[in-house]
Order: sequence, then C-alpha cells, then structure tokens
Amino acid sequence: MRVVTTVLSMFLATGAYADRIFVSNERSNTVTVIDGATWEVIDEFDAGLRPRGITVSPDNTKLYVCASDDNLVRVFDTRTFEELHTLPSGPDPELFVLEPNGRRLYIANEDDNLVTVVDTETHEVLAEVPVGVEPEGMAISPNSAFVVNTSETTNMAHFIDTETNTIKFNMLVDQRPRYAEYTSDGKRLFVTAEIGGTVSVFDIAEDGAPTEVGKIRFEVPGVQPEWLQPVGAKVTSDGQLLFVALGPSNRVAVVDAQTLEVKKYILVGERVWQLAFTPGEKYLLTTNGNTNDITVIDVEDQEAIRSIQVGEQPWGVIVAAGIK
Amino acid sequence: MIKPLVSLALSAAATLFSAVAADAVELKAAVFRVDYRTQAPISRFDERPADFAFAGAQLATQDNATTGQFLGHTFELATVATDVDGIAATLAGLRADGVNIIVVNARADEVLKVADAAPDTLVFNAGASQTRLRQAECRANLLHTTPSDAMRADAVAQFSSWKKWSRWFLVHGSNPADRQLADEYRRAATKFGLKIVEEREILDTGGSRRADTGHVQVQRQIPVLLQDAKRHDMVVAADASDVFAPYLPFHLWDPRPVLGSGGLRPVSFNPATESWGGTQFQSRFEKLAGRYVTEADYDAWVALRAVGEAVVRTGSADVQTLRRFMLSDEFELAAFKGQPVTFRNWNGQLRQPVLLYDGRINASVSPQEGFLHQFSLLDSLGMDAPETKCTAFEGDN
Repeated sequence: MRVVTTVLSMFLATGAYADRIFVSNERSNTVTVIDGATWEVIDEFDAGLRPRGITVSPDNTKLYVCASDDNLVRVFDTRTFEELHTLPSGPDPELFVLEPNGRRLYIANEDDNLVTVVDTETHEVLAEVPVGVEPEGMAISPNSAFVVNTSETTNMAHFIDTETNTIKFNMLVDQRPRYAEYTSDGKRLFVTAEIGGTVSVFDIAEDGAPTEVGKIRFEVPGVQPEWLQPVGAKVTSDGQLLFVALGPSNRVAVVDAQTLEVKKYILVGERVWQLAFTPGEKYLLTTNGNTNDITVIDVEDQEAIRSIQVGEQPWGVIVAAGIK
Repeated sequence: MIKPLVSLALSAAATLFSAVAADAVELKAAVFRVDYRTQAPISRFDERPADFAFAGAQLATQDNATTGQFLGHTFELATVATDVDGIAATLAGLRADGVNIIVVNARADEVLKVADAAPDTLVFNAGASQTRLRQAECRANLLHTTPSDAMRADAVAQFSSWKKWSRWFLVHGSNPADRQLADEYRRAATKFGLKIVEEREILDTGGSRRADTGHVQVQRQIPVLLQDAKRHDMVVAADASDVFAPYLPFHLWDPRPVLGSGGLRPVSFNPATESWGGTQFQSRFEKLAGRYVTEADYDAWVALRAVGEAVVRTGSADVQTLRRFMLSDEFELAAFKGQPVTFRNWNGQLRQPVLLYDGRINASVSPQEGFLHQFSLLDSLGMDAPETKCTAFEGDN
C-alpha cells in the first residue's frame, strides 16, 4: 500500500493530467484503478458489495458505482478514490445511466422490476418507473428526452419519457436483452440480446419513436453459436463502428454501424462483458470476467494490444479523463 | 412516497395500452398436481413443501403478467392438488372455469390420464421423467419441460466419457421403475461407447430409512453388498425409488465416484445455479415462496414462461396457435441455462442442458464440449429425431 501511495504522490507532484481507468470487480468487491498512459494498476479500493455498473460525472470528478448487494450507489472522488457519499438506488442496482448534464441518474433495479430516478445533487429519489422483469440495460438519448431500459425476462426495450417518467414505447427484442446504446446523434439505437444472440437495430424518429430496421447476427467458424452472446456494446461517436462484446465466445465483434455487417472478431479475455472507450476513442477497453483482466483494443487497427490484470470477475469499466 | 408511486404505475400502464397496438388476450392456466401416499424421503432436503410445483408456476405467471401489462395480456393461474381418485372431478372443474393450459406434476400414468381426458387443452409434463411418455406413449397435446430419463442418462454418460471414466459398475434397485432407469443407463452406455463391467441389484426390503441407527447399518451393509466388483471407474446408481442411492458415496467397497440417482445427479435445475443470470431467478423465487426452488418448480416455471413467450410473440391465447408456435423454429426462451431452450417437434420434449449437481454445486453441465450433432448439440441428449417412436407429432415436422 505504501508503494502505491508513493507512486500516486509522484503523479501528483509532477502535476500531470492523466486518464484514469476504473474497473468494477463484481467478486472482489473492489474497483481497480489503472493509469491511462502507462497501463499500470495504481490502486484497488473497496467499492461495497458486488460492484457492477460504473460511470463518471461529465466533469470527470465523481465516480458512481452500483453496489448491487448494498442496495445503493456509492460515489467516489476520481482523484483521491475516497468515498464522498452514497445515493439511494432501490434494491439490487445493476446498471445505470447518467444524464449528459450529470443531474439525474437512472438506475435499473434488477430484482424489483423498476427503474429508479435519483437526483445526484439532492440525493433524492425523484421517481420509480415500473418496467419489465429483470431490468438491466440502460441508455439515454443524447438530448436526454428518453431513457431506454431493457428487461431481460420480458424481452423488451422500454422507452421512458424523462419529462413524465412514464413509458412511451415498448419494443420486443430477442431473448435476454442486456444493453442499449444510442449513436451520438440519437438517430439510431442498438439493443443486444444475450441468449437470442442478436443485436436489434432501431432508427429513432425526431419525436423519439423507434422503428426496427434490422438485426445483427454473429457467426464464428469453430465456435458454438450459443456461445456468441452479445452483452456490452459501444458505438464510435461518428456513428460508423459498433463494437459488441460476445461474452463466453471471448470475442468482440466489429460491426459497420451503417450496413450492420460484421467486419471482424477480435479475440480478448474470457467472458467479455462490458466496454468503454478511452478519450478520443483511441482505445476500447473490455472487462473479461473469467480471466480477471481487461483487454486494450486499438480502435483504428482493430487489434487487441495488451491485457491488464485486475480484481476478481471484472464487470464494468469507465474512463475519467484528465485527472490532475 | 407511496401515493405518487401508485399513480405512476397506473399512468404507465395506461400509456402502454395505447402505445402498443395489441388486442387484449386472456390466458387461463392451471397447475395440476397429483399427490401420492409415499414414504418419507431418505433426506429431509427432499421433503415436499406444500406449494411444491405451484410456486414455480406462480413466479412464471407474475413474470408473464409483468410483461403482459405492456401488451394488454392478462394471465390467470389456478393451482390444484388431488389424489389419484380425484383426477377426473378436479379436471372437470378446471375445464368448466375455462382453463386450457394445464401444467401437470404427477407420475407417468396420471400425466397420460390428464392429457387424454382433455385432448383440446395443451398439457405440460413438469415432473414425470419416464422416456416412454416421449416415445410410443407420446400425445400430441402433451409437451414435456422436465428432462426425460434418456436425456438425464445421456448427460451422465457424456460427462463420464469426457472424464474417460469408461468402465461402469451399474447398481440398480429392484422395483420396476428402478429397472427401467437401469435400462436407460445401459442404452446411454452403448450410445457413448462406455462399458458396464458389472451390475448388481439392491433389493428393496422396505426397511427403515431414517432410524436412529440407520447410518450404522448402512455403513456395514453397503460395502458388503458391493464388494469384489470387476475393475470399474465409477458407479452408476439407478434408484428411482429412493431406497439406497444417497448412501452410496462414501460407503462403497472400492472408492469411486457415484453418479445417477446418488452422488452427482442429472437435474433440470437447483437452488445453487447462479450462472447465466440464475441468481436473479433464485432471488425472485425465494422472495415469492420463502424457500429454495425445486426441479418441479423450475419445470413448471419453464412451461408457463414458454406459454407466456408464445402469447407475446403471437398475440394469441388460442391453444393450437400457441402449440404450433412453440414447436416452430421461431420459438426460443431464455431459461437461465446459457442458451435458448426450444421444443423438439418430433415428441414435444424441451431441448435443454442438463445440470450435474452434487447437492451443493453444479460440477458440470451436459452436453459436453467435443460431442457433435448435425442440428443442435442439445439433441445429443435423449431421443433424437431418427430414434423417435412417437407418431403423434408427425403433422408438426
């Protein structure tokens, strides 16, 4: 621990701005911190029971972690890693999405078929929205008008109007939808279905209404089709490339987000779960739950360039940019 | 806090009905359980709770209803238990109430009795594992969510093949059901190229089970019964009557792993499964029932979730429409087993992985890696299309 502190103080002393990668470790109840320039692990701190969903505030100062078995969200300082406070989350928070302005946090409560809306400033629960069975995936439209929640047993994407906190549209997708991701212009939405083995693609109208326009399927020679389980997904900000984590097949698919054609499969660690870009989208990071590491993918070359050991069963990953 | 919540829920539901263009669909299902007079099980853990099989169906109905609220679908469930003599009257009562989806937890003969007495309903067998119900005695209106004994025996055989435990010592009971189960293991051994080097029968003498000194007798008698067997890699226990199999581990003459009715058992589900989102299923079930899940609960849950999924995808509650959809390639269901479960269109059996459970954890899951099948690896478990003796489904494939 002393060594870690020394390294840390060196960074502080030089006054360098650095990107910090935060990885939630579901089984070791910790968050691993990695330096975005050197790829060195600089700390691992306690993050409550069963940390899963993880995100940062728009100003990069606060780290939010769903401590699923504590039934709350823990908020940490991204510079000191100290816990600042907690937020009520409703029972068993798994995944959440923060409003682009950082104000409202939308949390999926897996055990209670609810999405809880929390004010990050007043720490109050603003609303609880009833959704389908086992809510999980959460996305917010870039204009903040809609929050999309996927429910794993109901097999729907629910479009929640953020003005009224009521569901406005429901779209059926394939079995066990895990994750939803809007393009940065808000005109397209991707929903992964783990057991269905597909990604449903929706075009989004001006008023937020979805129309299904296609489905992405995956195929890797020599890999049993049932192992190709789409989980996490990230689309580049130019809307050109979609990366899909394929769970126990240990691969990330690279998809042309326009034509929906799969261009490549990148081999990563085992049980690849969630994804995050580094600032500028130079690298894509993957959490690999069974090999207890993260893989760094060079986005332009579409190659895995290194893996970094983290805690037990890494679940989510997020990058805080330019931490002093 | 409570008031705004209620109004939120109501307005959400109201919006939903208008947003999704769907006709109202009402589905009435029942769990039909036949209770028998039986001896106490060898292990207290196997005692049946009062809501055995019911609770799983109740959870499925809740799950279906939560989904249904977004589409204007409603799901009702009746739960009935009867003895063998009351089957006809109980069934008539359900029919009079308009129930046409029936999940049966009963022994093989009574499952057939229900299916035959209500040919225009769709019946799910959630409890009887006898393979004959999927073979010559299959029925067009009878689907099976519990794995057959053939699937279970194949699951054990595949695992033993993967382990290279190729010499089996088969120990079976003396009742007809035990001998039938032994036949399943003989067939599975042949199918996967394994050798039964020795067989022995343990006679059911109707002795005491949980007597205070039971373990003393067991410890002395079992090794003697099983001594001097030919060299074997493992013991397969075929004990459908629950007379001796749980005693085999730790009491064999030769120390060997036990699989089958004792030791590592092939099951559809268990309270320890947490992979593939299983944790969520377990916590939802335990919250509802206040106890751990049983195989019967899971088998009933899968049956009604399959129906729910078919209702959502077809927008219909018509039994024939639902049956056709469930047997089609379009149907698939996530059931906490890592891959979609579907139905075989030659005998109505649910295609599913079989868990190999030691009482605390899943030691493995079959089908095993390395086995191949031209259509689905899951069809390497149980009666495949070319082997079928079922003719009732000929119009369905």
